[in-house]
Amino acid sequence: MAPDSMAQGPVLRLDGITKRFGALVANDAISVTLAPGEVIALLGENGAGKTTLMNILFGHYTADAGTVEVFGQTLPQGNPRAALAAGVGMVHQHFTLADNLSVLENVVLGTQPLWGARLDMAGARAKLVGLAQDFGLAVDPDARLGSLSVGERQRVEILKALYRDARILILDEPTAVLTPQQADALFAALRKMVAQGLSIIFISHKLHEVMAIASRVVVLRHGKQVGEVAVSDTDPRALAEMMVGSAITQPELRAATPGPALLELRKVVTPDRGTTRGLRGVDLALRAGTITGLAGVSGNGQAALADLIAGLERPSAGEMLLHGAAPAQWSVAEALGAGIARIPEDRHKTGTIADFSLTENAILERYNQAPFARRGWLDWRAARDFAQSVIRAYDVRCPGPDTRIRLLSGGNMQKLILGRVMELRPQIILANQPVRGLDIGAITFVQTQLLAARDRGAAVLLISEDLDEILALSDQIHVISEGRLSPPFARGTMSATDLGRWMAGEGFERGRDAA
Amino acid sequence: MGEILEIFLSASFWAAVIRIASPLIFATMGELICERAGVLNLGIEGIMVAGAFAGWMTVYSGGGLWTGVVVAMLAGMLFGLLHGTLTVPFGLSQHVVGLGITLLATASAYFAYRLALPRVTTPPRIEAFQPLPIPILSDIPLLGPALFTQTPLTYLAFVLVAVVSFVLFRTPLGLALRAAGENPAAVAAQGLSVTGLRMGAVIVGSGLMAVGGAFLTMSAFNSFFFEMVNGRGWICIALVVFGAWMPGKALLGAVLFGMFDALQIRLQQTSIGADVPYQIFLMMPFVLSILALVIMSRRASVPAALMVPFNKGER
Repeated sequence: MAPDSMAQGPVLRLDGITKRFGALVANDAISVTLAPGEVIALLGENGAGKTTLMNILFGHYTADAGTVEVFGQTLPQGNPRAALAAGVGMVHQHFTLADNLSVLENVVLGTQPLWGARLDMAGARAKLVGLAQDFGLAVDPDARLGSLSVGERQRVEILKALYRDARILILDEPTAVLTPQQADALFAALRKMVAQGLSIIFISHKLHEVMAIASRVVVLRHGKQVGEVAVSDTDPRALAEMMVGSAITQPELRAATPGPALLELRKVVTPDRGTTRGLRGVDLALRAGTITGLAGVSGNGQAALADLIAGLERPSAGEMLLHGAAPAQWSVAEALGAGIARIPEDRHKTGTIADFSLTENAILERYNQAPFARRGWLDWRAARDFAQSVIRAYDVRCPGPDTRIRLLSGGNMQKLILGRVMELRPQIILANQPVRGLDIGAITFVQTQLLAARDRGAAVLLISEDLDEILALSDQIHVISEGRLSPPFARGTMSATDLGRWMAGEGFERGRDAA
Repeated sequence: MGEILEIFLSASFWAAVIRIASPLIFATMGELICERAGVLNLGIEGIMVAGAFAGWMTVYSGGGLWTGVVVAMLAGMLFGLLHGTLTVPFGLSQHVVGLGITLLATASAYFAYRLALPRVTTPPRIEAFQPLPIPILSDIPLLGPALFTQTPLTYLAFVLVAVVSFVLFRTPLGLALRAAGENPAAVAAQGLSVTGLRMGAVIVGSGLMAVGGAFLTMSAFNSFFFEMVNGRGWICIALVVFGAWMPGKALLGAVLFGMFDALQIRLQQTSIGADVPYQIFLMMPFVLSILALVIMSRRASVPAALMVPFNKGER
């Protein structure tokens, strides 16, 4: 708890923090102060150094130079316990919770002396329930964590910090997994905390959220502190340019010319697979020359729909029509044969093979076809030529086609994936989270390519958790919730708030009655 | 059929069941602790051999029985220290390290045995633990001879299950241990040392495995000979899965295995045994264990971070 005499000075002072990983300077002499009851935002693209800075503050890393002061006391380096004891709480982007423990056990973990004879669960429960009520963060203390939704897990992660009497709360990309309504509820809880004198550092790359919750913004770029402004003195566009370091060009949008449905789903059902939710009576038509956006909170059936279109899953009921005809035996091979281009959700796990070269990765989906395979032998020259052409045409920054793809940045990896499917001029494109984790330059590049494909007559299904992206690119939007699909909404008829209501599951019963 | 019923009604059968289960209980608890913390310890088979030898050798060279148990445990902890160092801070493959430890520990024990007794053909016997009937309780028919006329080590095995259960589910240490096996990042975020917890679990767990081995030489066969552990370590790995990483259920599994094993020995002596090759009976406990494993482990939830090394500062 902070002594009252300190209440006037800053609660937190980061002074000249520098951290190098090999040749990379992740943080270059960064200085930030935080006043009591203040919310500041740490804004920057992926790899700008936000998370590194917070990991230094929290003691997960040791800085090469600089000091961290909390309530006037210098924190020892590389000691999370000291940071926790000083009142710093961190809500990690990847929750630090254990699925096989109850909510209460997760909260209690590490708060009682390790060699204590017995866990005091009764006292802990009372404190947790009190905190949950005070801040409007309702959770069942006895629920097994593995059974909770992402939003509930985040509440547990926040309660865990509050339970430890945190006075400074760091939230790392907290809204990445929430619907707009859940994000609003989170913001309401944060405001209650600020009203009680807590100070908050809010890490994000979403500009409108930063504008909504923070009073001051610190912008990082390539590890450097490039700006610090009061929210009242700036606007999202100026912040974006500060974040990227140059003027931002939006991809140009022409009017769509919808053609026939290239892929159609009629009342399609797929089975649940473990934790992956199946589809429940989905109607969908992907028309030539349009981008269809799929909005929804992750885990509501997006994976099942993507698997179905990619050929990894078959409908257990309902009809699937490809160019107006039902495919005989739907499989990955048939999907590839039908020219469905797949940009997978996880480019590291399913999009590429990390220790294969760019050449090998470029022909992954077609290694057994001409010109890469001839009478059962691989033609490496043809493969390397193809990789070279993709590297040139799609601006993949790399030492050469023999480089292992592991060494590429996410953006360049994605450009290679994009290039290897787009070179075939596909008619149907499944783009699952195509810009997740990319910097703004790469995002613009990918989005421009998708729009170009649309303009030459391809049908694109764009699955994304970023509503702004969905709203900007889609000619029609479906919302997916618990495996059900909303009716299509035409461009311009829905706001983010409207979509958020559907994402929360409202409207589906009415939609079904009307159909 | 009458013969089989007779087996089940005999007190000596149930006494044998518990006797066969006892070493498995020690080693299974040891493995369970390791796995709950996120480390698969395939060194178990060799560590049991080392424990069997260390305990027996101590008593053979004049030490007390309990001194033997402590020495066996220390020997196991030493191999645990090696296993833990290689798998936890160094993050090496737990399969390779574990099998390596099994080979090393087994060979070391045999080698030490040959050094100590170069010219012996029949293994010398020691004065081992004797049954210690518990007053009143041991007079209960059937149950008395089975549960309450055992050696002190067997009683210790049952107490151990209760202790492991209590520590895992009722103390802060146990909570931290379970979290380390599920999501080490959660432990690190609370400022606790994942490395410390996992090393501690592997060392203590290995010590218990060695006591399981020592049971064989000090409470069952009373001498040390080659191949005496005979796959019991591997059975314990299966028992942990069978018990869904819960001490109580794992105990049940050990008793069940003990029952199959005691049964097959006796079936060999019945009229059925005259017609069926004895190898079939030897197979029985293992076949039944596999079946039970298939049925029981379908809903079991593996500790999510089992066999996943944790490096601070990486995701």
